[in-house]
Amino acid sequence: MIFNRYRRGLFITSFLAAPVILYLVYVISPYIQAFYIAMTDWRGVTATPRFIGLDNFERLLGDGTFWKAVSHNGALLLLLPLITIVIALFFAFLLNVGGPQGVTGIRGSKFYRVVFFFPQVLAVAVVAVLFQQVFRPDGSGMLNGPLMALGLPPIGFLSDPDVAFWSVLGVMVWQAVGFYVVLFSAGLASIPRDMFEAAQIDGAGRLSLFFRITLPLLWDTVQVAWVYLGILALDVFAIVWVMTDQHGGPDFSTTVMAAEIYRNAFQYFRFGYASALGVVMFFFTVGFAILSLRLSRRERIEY
Amino acid sequence: MSDTPQISRRGFLRAAALVPAAGALAACATPAAPPAASSSSAPVATSAANPFGVDAKKPLEVWIFDGGFGQDYAKNIHQPLFKTKYPDVEIKHNATKEITKVLQPRFAGGNPPEVIDNSGANFIDFGALSQDGQLQDLTPLLDAPSWDDPNTKVRDTIDPSVIEIGTYDGKFSVLGYVNYIHGIWYSQKVFRDNGWQIPKTWDEFIALCETIKKSGKMAPFTYAGKFPQYLYEPLLTMAAKIGGNEVLVNIDNLEDGAWTTEAMKSAATAWAEVGAKYLMEGTTGLDHVQTQTAQNKYKVAMLPSGSWLENEQKTTTPPDFEYGMFPIPDVTGSDKMPYGTLHTQPGENFIVSAKSPHPQAGMEYLRGMLSKKAAGDFSALVRTLTVVKGATEGKDISPGVTSASKAVTDAGANTVYYRWFNWYGPLKDEAIAATGQLMSGGLTPDKYLERIQKKADEIKNDSSIKKYKR
Repeated sequence: MIFNRYRRGLFITSFLAAPVILYLVYVISPYIQAFYIAMTDWRGVTATPRFIGLDNFERLLGDGTFWKAVSHNGALLLLLPLITIVIALFFAFLLNVGGPQGVTGIRGSKFYRVVFFFPQVLAVAVVAVLFQQVFRPDGSGMLNGPLMALGLPPIGFLSDPDVAFWSVLGVMVWQAVGFYVVLFSAGLASIPRDMFEAAQIDGAGRLSLFFRITLPLLWDTVQVAWVYLGILALDVFAIVWVMTDQHGGPDFSTTVMAAEIYRNAFQYFRFGYASALGVVMFFFTVGFAILSLRLSRRERIEY
Repeated sequence: MSDTPQISRRGFLRAAALVPAAGALAACATPAAPPAASSSSAPVATSAANPFGVDAKKPLEVWIFDGGFGQDYAKNIHQPLFKTKYPDVEIKHNATKEITKVLQPRFAGGNPPEVIDNSGANFIDFGALSQDGQLQDLTPLLDAPSWDDPNTKVRDTIDPSVIEIGTYDGKFSVLGYVNYIHGIWYSQKVFRDNGWQIPKTWDEFIALCETIKKSGKMAPFTYAGKFPQYLYEPLLTMAAKIGGNEVLVNIDNLEDGAWTTEAMKSAATAWAEVGAKYLMEGTTGLDHVQTQTAQNKYKVAMLPSGSWLENEQKTTTPPDFEYGMFPIPDVTGSDKMPYGTLHTQPGENFIVSAKSPHPQAGMEYLRGMLSKKAAGDFSALVRTLTVVKGATEGKDISPGVTSASKAVTDAGANTVYYRWFNWYGPLKDEAIAATGQLMSGGLTPDKYLERIQKKADEIKNDSSIKKYKR
């Protein structure tokens, strides 16, 4: 009898125990420890870090490089979702309902669909190394080669501090667009065809089809995309670290929060300070998540 | 039913939360202090042949940075030599390109390996290691008899700057094995074919740049634009030549205004002119391999580098290229240091971990490395000079190494070095960023020096950063 009473619970426990334990040990507990390490002067090799209270947080308030990194994350947070979503929506619309009949894609859309997804298949590190070559400042760069052949001066895509940030943004958009084209295509596929047909019979052109039908019915998907891209913008690391000169340079013009954390932890061996930066980044990310969930509450359209 | 115990979802979660609590606490990112080392085995008696008391029963673990020099020198030269004396000691050889990633957890866990070649881009910060007492005091090594001659101390067989530079907190604890000689590198063939002369003064250097530029054959000058530390090196060496060694000593000691002295201003102005007029196109976006390969392809005449260059470029260098090196030319005519002044700096830093199981064997391994045979074979294999005096005597070495070792002989006692970049990582990154800007015209020489000075002051006033003096 007793056994029967607990059987259901045991059954559930046996399934949940392993993942919950793994999650607690490898995810939650390091988070909590990061908060503790942030209040020490740990340099990574000693067994006994010294507790120094909030000194690290005080120090980071005056850390110009870190705030520069924050401003870059902020700019990415605004621009990356905006540009990516606009481009992805445009492509998804053309691929699915942009054709002459209004319910099919433009000619060759099946081919383009595959092409758009290519960047998504490549690992971030591969993309970063690839673009180092694309952006090369001499005649063997893919972009500067033609420019120089035309007699124009080469552009320091990664070596000019005024340009480098935009190069990073460009690469991030290039890599992200493909996935969101697919996401929006899936969203479009779930919109009943007769809506488009009805609108067309009423005489709607492609433009009003897009703004009156496609966009409102896709709004949910766009919000999801916005949150994903926002998080991507906040925790960008690999592209910047691998692709840019001096890991976030030149002259710290492309550095981001994650890069500063890595630099402080694994190059300056200031693990305590780096953890403090990590804690700040944690609050930025959580803050963004809460904010975006709040703002995006909206009634779902049922059809 | 109300009094029968039911497992609610909430109750279950509570229980589930408790189970792994112990496990979570055990899996800490910061290690618990390791238990005091149990000295179960009695120390082995020392003797003239075995000065540190190597225990033949205990193994020796060696980690080599697998970079420009590879790892063959350790496997085929150093370790066999060690084995001749201690055939029973098992050597565990390892190599990695990522010293920090592999070995930092070993330090934090309290079981570091004995010998580490702590080099490469991802070496473990020496200051952090020293601060935590992880570095074995190598003074006994200096005072031990040398491997080759029991009547000579190891101290007298190596370049004295090694001891100065390897001293942390008053203890000699880092052995730089390779002697890096910095200078301006060129192709002896190209200079000979075009009748270009080695410039002895800065005016001659600028005139030479002008000649090369006008000849249209190649660009005069380049440096690893992505890594501007390649350029602040000749800049600082030049400043020391103009204003004397104390320029660099003051910079290392974070003295007020050390970066903004007149000597630094002249040097920064001189190099900014090169940056504005004589750089190969696209320099700022190229790395060291790309610029050095451009030189091998005769696209550029000169670049600043160190004596590792020839080995690094051995696969792309044309057979008749003939690397050569010249020192920083005279700048003002009243420079404090004479023509030929060189920046030499021991590198490829070997350490012995104080908290490893067998540091005695680690020190003995280093003593073997400092023998003439080990050092000479090393130089022949990797085309680089070591800090062991006279180790290349009678060996057949390459033109670049010959040129560099001649420069060292010519310089005599007029050698300089600096250490701030190893001590203060954030200052290094600021200097790198600013130097890139200086060379591309984004900063005037005055603004450039002010900016680095500001960072140096910041570090000086930051109590959390350990300070060093030389």
